[in-house]
Amino acid sequence: MNASAQENRMELFAPGHRACHGCGMALSVRHILKATGNQVAVVTPTGCLETFSSPYGYSPWRVPWIHHLFENGPSVASGVAAALDAQGRGDVRVVAIGGDGSTFDIGFAALSGMFERDDDVLYICVDNGAYMNTGGQRSGATPTYASTTTDPVGKLRPGKLQHKKDLPAIVAAHGAAYVATASVAYRKDLQKKVKRAMEFHGARYLQIDTPCPSVWGFPSDHTLEVGRLGVASGLVPLFEMEYGNVTKVRKIKPITVDKYLRGQKRFRHLFADEQGAELVAKLQQMADANIAKYGLSSQSGGQ
Amino acid sequence: MKITMGAVVMGGTSVLYPTGAWRDQRPVIDHEACKSCDTCRDVCPDSSVFVQEDVYYIDYDFCKGCGLCAYECPVDAIAMILEEK
Repeated sequence: MNASAQENRMELFAPGHRACHGCGMALSVRHILKATGNQVAVVTPTGCLETFSSPYGYSPWRVPWIHHLFENGPSVASGVAAALDAQGRGDVRVVAIGGDGSTFDIGFAALSGMFERDDDVLYICVDNGAYMNTGGQRSGATPTYASTTTDPVGKLRPGKLQHKKDLPAIVAAHGAAYVATASVAYRKDLQKKVKRAMEFHGARYLQIDTPCPSVWGFPSDHTLEVGRLGVASGLVPLFEMEYGNVTKVRKIKPITVDKYLRGQKRFRHLFADEQGAELVAKLQQMADANIAKYGLSSQSGGQ
Repeated sequence: MKITMGAVVMGGTSVLYPTGAWRDQRPVIDHEACKSCDTCRDVCPDSSVFVQEDVYYIDYDFCKGCGLCAYECPVDAIAMILEEK
């Protein structure tokens, strides 16, 4: 086998980008573009990905790429798709890659509009569960009881009290042809889902769990290990939905959630006292509910 | 670096910025132990593992030293060594 250093530098997402050490998001984008090939235009709303891939005068993108505002990612993607359609360029597809902040919170209205109009865009959310590029503020995708800078742990509150928004279900309720979740820990599965999504036309959604060493608080070489533990615990269910029905799930041998939580600084308060143990038990209930809902366990029959 | 109107930048220009200077730990591949399974190349966020005739090398121009390749290597053929300057 041969893949020279020069060929690596010619990858569609080239090295030299400014992502942190061990960034799950940079790795997933590299694999997304391997799956789509070069006949795509990429739209990226504000977020980590935009910040680390567009320092002044340098770009790692070897496909057409546009950055715009935090809130209008899906709208710009719709516009690019309409422009390509008007030019008769059916061979070039549009992929929007946004973080969870722009997808779950700030760009949510535009996202809903894009799915309602069913524009021909694959919207990929690289979900690291907070606003990492500004230091880790709480977002709608932050998991329950995680500590963030805007939901800090104190005497009165154990981190974020609310649930993580179930965005795949919300998008599926728009009647989207294809909705799926993936994890950067399983890159073949990720590439397969991107390729499957490109077979459909109309608005499609893929949500990728991308662990963040800098803000979740774990060593930079544990990114994929943390991703695997999240999937195995049931807190990060991997599934595919077509026209609102779950068609495939990734089976797991469930582990207890504490194995996933313990390695991360954002959950360390859960292991400090007895009150923490109760909260871990509540998170275990959430994981068990996911396992039952999607039939994730390889022991039971499931879906 | 000259920026055109509309801030259009040529694609792939990030390769002019070698991120290898960020590294404090250097991955070193033991070629005897390596089974050429391609895991390290697959997991590198900085596309910094290259292959020549089935032998794997690290591109130290871009490797940030995150250690993912060493952690994921199934035969522990990659050691992380403190970078000294």
